[in-house]
Amino acid sequence: MAQPAISHPRSVPLSIPVRDVLPWAIFAGVLALALIYFVGAEQGATSLISGDLVHEFVHDGRHLLGFPCH
Amino acid sequence: MVKNLLVRGMLAGLAAAALALVFAWIFGEPQVGAAIALEGHTPHGGHDPVATVPEAGADDGPVSRTVQSTIGLAAAVGVYGVAVGGIFALVFALVYGRLGAFGARATAALLAVGAFVTVSLVPFLKYPANPPAVGHPDTIGRRTALYVTFVTIVVLLGVGAVLLERWLARRYRNADAAVLAVVAFLAAVTAAALLMPGVEELPAEFPAGLLWRFRLASIGTHALLWSGMGLFFGLLAERLLTPSAIRANAPSTV
Ligand SMILES: [Zn+2]
Repeated sequence: MAQPAISHPRSVPLSIPVRDVLPWAIFAGVLALALIYFVGAEQGATSLISGDLVHEFVHDGRHLLGFPCH
Repeated sequence: MVKNLLVRGMLAGLAAAALALVFAWIFGEPQVGAAIALEGHTPHGGHDPVATVPEAGADDGPVSRTVQSTIGLAAAVGVYGVAVGGIFALVFALVYGRLGAFGARATAALLAVGAFVTVSLVPFLKYPANPPAVGHPDTIGRRTALYVTFVTIVVLLGVGAVLLERWLARRYRNADAAVLAVVAFLAAVTAAALLMPGVEELPAEFPAGLLWRFRLASIGTHALLWSGMGLFFGLLAERLLTPSAIRANAPSTV
């Protein structure tokens, strides 16, 4: 609302400075990769938690999402 | 701004995962069930007798088939959707306004196509998804390492192709630069796929029709996930990045 009228809407949108993105990229990137690891590989290729409960629980999703399983 | 985009990415990922989950449940679960039913009787391609031990997904496992095929599947697809949604938002934050005159929705759509091709489609063509009863349990470490390595290589080649396109766009017309970058990407991923070792563990007696239906369901699930991501995130990001006055006046320039 406080923006002045822009004459041509096709003008290149303002980009977000990389230094603003970087801290979030590291923080959330690591978290996201950890979640993907638990869906895709925990108690399969490698095991952080003993047993096979995680593997068994996400089993069908692991197969259908294309991760190697068994 | 970035935090706001991140939250929207995770929400879009969850919504996209819901879409993909319905598809996976209707088209994928019957194939998973059929493959597990085969597992008891089918040796793993005669690799070695140990492989005839049924996969722990059968009734005797710690998690019942009913749980695996419903909330287990939902949890796996949901967590995956939220995680890739977060990464999607961060990549969006980096490329928005840097790919040319694309608005929020067009950038999200382009990014979704790029993610589907590099994260899902190309890796699927080299190391396709397999139903239960196909892989040999002893090679899971090697297969996972190959898969993760190949996905990483393809994503990096995709990033390279975008940088190449940006560089070429300063010299040639945009369309020419895009076509050249796509051709370079296809050549590079083909070379990478040919150089990486293959995985041949399919038992000769495994039903071809079942394998085909399972793989179609798998790639369909990915296609829906990324389509949903591009669509939902595009809508959410546009509300954040484009002031409503402009949205109302713009003659839908995507
Ligand atoms: Zn399995």
